Amino acid sequence: MSDFREEEALGKAYDTRLTRRLLAYLRPYKRRVWFALALTLAINPLELLTPYLFKVAVDSYVVPVLQHHLPATAGLRGLAWVTLVFLATVMLGFTLYYIQIRVMQRVGQEIMYDLRREVFGRLQRLPMSFYDRSPVGRLLTRVTTDVDALNDLFAAGIVMMLNDVVLLVMFAGGMLYWNWRLALAAFAVLPLILVVTLLFRTKVREANRRIRVAIARINAFLQEHISGMAVVQLFNRERKARQQFEKLNRTHMLAYKDAILAFALFYPVVEFLGVTAIALLLWFGGLRVLASTLTVGVVFMFMQYAQRFFRPIQDLSEKFNILQTAMASSERIFKLLDEPVTVSLPAEAQTREKPRGEIEFRNVWFAYRGGAEPAEEDWVLRDVSFRVTPGQTFALVGHTGAGKTTIIQLLLRFYDIQRGQILLDGVDIRQFNLQELRRHFGIVLQDPFLFTGTLESNVRLGTEEIGRATVERALAEVGLGAFLQSLPGGVTAPVSERGATFSMGQRQLVSFARALAHNPRFLILDEATSSVDTKTELLIREALDRLLAGRTALVIAHRLSTIQHADRILVFHKGRLREQGSHQELLAQRGIYYRLYQLQYKDQELRFPLAASGEGAGAPLPADD
Amino acid sequence: MSSAAQVVSAKAPPRPRTSSWKNLRGLLPYTARYQGRVALGLVVLCAMGVVGNVVPLITGSIIDSLSGLAQPLAHLTGPARSLLRPLLPFYQPSSRDTLLVFCLALLVVVAIKGVLSFWTRWILIGVSRDIEYDLRNDLLSRLVQLEPEFYVRNRTGELMSRATNDLNAVRMVLGPGIMYSATTIVTMALAIVLMLKLSPVLTLWVFLPVPLVVVAVWYFGKLIHELSEKIQASLATLSARAQENLAGVRVVRAYRQEEAEMRAFDAPNREYVGRNMEMIRTWSMFMPGLQALIGISLLLVLWQGGRQVVLGNISLGTFMAFYFYLGLLVWPMVALGWVTNIFQRGAASMGRLNYILNAEPAINDAEARPDGSEIRGAIELRHLTFAYPTAGNRGAPGSAADPGEPTTGPVLQDINLHVPAGSTLAIVGPTGSGKSTLAALIARLWEAPPETLLLDGRPIRQWPLAALRCAIGFVPQDTFLFSETVRGNIAFGVEEAPEDRVAEAAQVSSIFGDIQDFPARFDTLVGERGITLSGGQKQRTALARAVIRDPRILILDDALASVDTDTEEKILRRLKDVMRQRTTILISHRCSTVRHADQIVVLRGGRLVEQGTHEELLALGGYYYDLYQKQLLEEELERS
Repeated sequence: MSDFREEEALGKAYDTRLTRRLLAYLRPYKRRVWFALALTLAINPLELLTPYLFKVAVDSYVVPVLQHHLPATAGLRGLAWVTLVFLATVMLGFTLYYIQIRVMQRVGQEIMYDLRREVFGRLQRLPMSFYDRSPVGRLLTRVTTDVDALNDLFAAGIVMMLNDVVLLVMFAGGMLYWNWRLALAAFAVLPLILVVTLLFRTKVREANRRIRVAIARINAFLQEHISGMAVVQLFNRERKARQQFEKLNRTHMLAYKDAILAFALFYPVVEFLGVTAIALLLWFGGLRVLASTLTVGVVFMFMQYAQRFFRPIQDLSEKFNILQTAMASSERIFKLLDEPVTVSLPAEAQTREKPRGEIEFRNVWFAYRGGAEPAEEDWVLRDVSFRVTPGQTFALVGHTGAGKTTIIQLLLRFYDIQRGQILLDGVDIRQFNLQELRRHFGIVLQDPFLFTGTLESNVRLGTEEIGRATVERALAEVGLGAFLQSLPGGVTAPVSERGATFSMGQRQLVSFARALAHNPRFLILDEATSSVDTKTELLIREALDRLLAGRTALVIAHRLSTIQHADRILVFHKGRLREQGSHQELLAQRGIYYRLYQLQYKDQELRFPLAASGEGAGAPLPADD
Repeated sequence: MSSAAQVVSAKAPPRPRTSSWKNLRGLLPYTARYQGRVALGLVVLCAMGVVGNVVPLITGSIIDSLSGLAQPLAHLTGPARSLLRPLLPFYQPSSRDTLLVFCLALLVVVAIKGVLSFWTRWILIGVSRDIEYDLRNDLLSRLVQLEPEFYVRNRTGELMSRATNDLNAVRMVLGPGIMYSATTIVTMALAIVLMLKLSPVLTLWVFLPVPLVVVAVWYFGKLIHELSEKIQASLATLSARAQENLAGVRVVRAYRQEEAEMRAFDAPNREYVGRNMEMIRTWSMFMPGLQALIGISLLLVLWQGGRQVVLGNISLGTFMAFYFYLGLLVWPMVALGWVTNIFQRGAASMGRLNYILNAEPAINDAEARPDGSEIRGAIELRHLTFAYPTAGNRGAPGSAADPGEPTTGPVLQDINLHVPAGSTLAIVGPTGSGKSTLAALIARLWEAPPETLLLDGRPIRQWPLAALRCAIGFVPQDTFLFSETVRGNIAFGVEEAPEDRVAEAAQVSSIFGDIQDFPARFDTLVGERGITLSGGQKQRTALARAVIRDPRILILDDALASVDTDTEEKILRRLKDVMRQRTTILISHRCSTVRHADQIVVLRGGRLVEQGTHEELLALGGYYYDLYQKQLLEEELERS
């Protein structure tokens, strides 16, 4: 599956470019970052100070007392002073560290807020073709998990890493200053540590990649199977689902075990190397102490430095883990942000306050896939041409998959056509600002989508110009008036996940009211009336009749009964517009439409015996119960 | 399923008591499976702890030798002496050889510790992954057994979160949680013993901050845990908001809601930041605070240790040893804090997992009496009254809804119906009249009251669930396809699907032609929720999926709604051939679909109001007649 390949695409040497791009997000917070860095310069010397204080204590007070060069009381007093300085250091360190964390973490949060906003905003602009090939779950990960991964990078990562680097430099400097021979003894293990760290890093990166892929697969599997659990159970799929899942699960576990191996080897090796440094110090330092060219205090101090020296190194290598995840996440996020908005925007956008209401398709060829030069079999629309005059209702009929739904998507410019033109009031729709274009269309989709919120928010969506009165009126017009009364709260009645609390028919009616409330010039209905019972359907028809007046409409339905009402009928077959005309004209052609109509006609044949008995056609419509 | 959701969603999943450690007891059976390895891991861990405790003794001895002391570490008694025993013979004051030997010993000891450390981690963390594997499998196993009502009560997002985040948290308990807490205990215990032997006074001073550390860690741990929960909740809201936006992208675009959506996203985004900031405020006190406390411990070693040396109570080497012991204890002290957090979160998460793991499938084989007989497909409904279960289930207050609109009262009332095996039953009725519910009851997705639903003369509960489902081919109203190939989707419900069977099912459902036009034909992938197929194609695929099972009972719930009349005709004709001598239940709004059924029933407001053949119902002049007339009238009006 192509989506998983994306999770796998890692390990490329884009680090510097990515880093630079990531650093750009710090720019609005420059001052705070500099402040935090300045704190680094203040905190680190404090770290240097404490081992030195130990040296002073040992060499200047403790040892002299032991060697009887200093009276005990003076020694104790000296110790007390050193302790006081030590205390001050600790307190100061606490304060500065506290401030640094607060500042940097806050910056991290703000950056994530910005990024999340940016990613979400980008998603609002990406073309439909992108959504067609991207599972919702994966996109969601971008907005949430991936952005969160960057928090560790910004808040803790960057400044803390700099902290570590500065610390290392200061330690190294200090050690070299005091006794360069001993310092070199301590540094002897450094190359080894670096090598080990690099090896570890490579192994872990590979394991992490596999882990990420495994997790993505597991999540996708779970998401799907939980959403469709009824289907799983209806089809006795439980066992196979378990088997499939077990495989995914195992892959995940094995990937993790590889990571564990890497870590399990790394930590002890690094610790061993660290102690080697100490052993070297004790050896070289000890020899000099025996030769009386060095004091014990200095050896003690060096040991502390060495220990503290290796902690930032270990720290850094652990941070690499975070860095890797963050890098991977940032790669994916930037890929999303770089995704082209392939629908071209016009140089000079056209606007229409009140469009006349004319639509024209001129030699339109379209395929969902294949880019500019699709393969022969990929064409969904072939050389389609028709013209809808203002105020007319056009019906689109044909087999499923003949291209009717596509026509609608193209009108809204969800996709761009490969050849031909689509014109609104004689102007190519590509000349219009997208928002402007869509403003004039009211659409009811095949799959009525409701949002979590209230009935009102579902009708009005976010369009502020639509007031409550309009909402209520729209709901009444589609026949939900009585239902509305029965709900506690009326329009403020809650709608939960995807409108699960409403029946299929009600959901369609609401999405219908949504279209009406927005009062568009063009109305598009995509098989919206086919899954509702006749009574409800007739309610809609009545409202439709009133609203179609003065609007240009495109209706897609399978049942001829609903489309015969139309001014003109477009008959599609395998992507081509085969017939068009009025109902009578098409019947006379004895073509595709004729055949479709024949099936209904058979029903009417049956009616005649009943009509003869005095019932049927002549009887008035029975009143609603 | 909609009426169900309306009433059942009132019940939310129970919140486990967050600080309930008892939740973790659920892990015992899992750990028991690996008890051998765990025991070995712990033994190795103990060894590692012991070895680690030797290091300060060695370094201390070196310093004492350098200082020219005759005995290392002033007085070496008890366990400390036993630990250093192999090295003591080599101890000489101010000796280069001693220095050499002890330095080498240091390396050897740490090397051994390293091996033990590797081994411990490999075993214990490895086991935690094994248990995670088991737990995850068990979660899915349980989930596939649970009835639709469970899934109405629990949102997908919530369940996903439990299967991922909560499982993670529990694994942290099993892996790092156990390993670090054990390391802490072992290291600390031995260290205390050794330190006491070296200098009780200094030990007391060094351990003075420890209670403070422990209390601070516990307090902050609890606080942090509560704050994480709030953060998780906030994240869930944020996710849900984003998820809807993404899933409903077409509506958002068509209605130019992009700006509005961005504005609406702001609030949960801010909220999430806010919650995180609360956590940061706490964390920024905690981490530096901990460091400060450690610094103070060091300070005490410096001050009191130095003092003790000056007073001549301990040697300089002992002082050094104490410094190293403090170093040894720092990580365990910090880990203690971290681990408390892990355990707390793990306990809460385990509670949430237990909710799933301990859920009893309500629809089960408890009353099944398998006798190996084949299902023939005769269905009978006897005084069937059904209401979706709610928390209170007393009916909605003051619901004066339209007849046929979903209420919280009974969805089906006193239905009596007999469907002979091999016949076709059609069900028509207004939206929300209970048609889909009836189908769901027959497939036992919801449980009908006892003795009201019979299959082949026996209460449906007596049939083993698997056998029942095997005998049914169901096409739901809401088409749901999986991210698989077309073939995979069609063959979804069968064990083996040879090419010809798949092709045949596709032929019957009139989708074979379409599939031939697909880029990879049967191997074409169907995207998330089958988005690359048109509505009609999805339905026909779902139909093929049902048909391929060669079911005794075929249930089509408005399954041909998105299919045009021509195709519908073709499909029904082919189905008739296939379903000869098998029971078919057709639910539809269209007379064209149901006309030829052996029996048609009309449901209104949950009641069965009319029953008969097409001609009989027309003769009745009731709802069906109206329905038919209205449809004809439409056509007539339009023709004129």
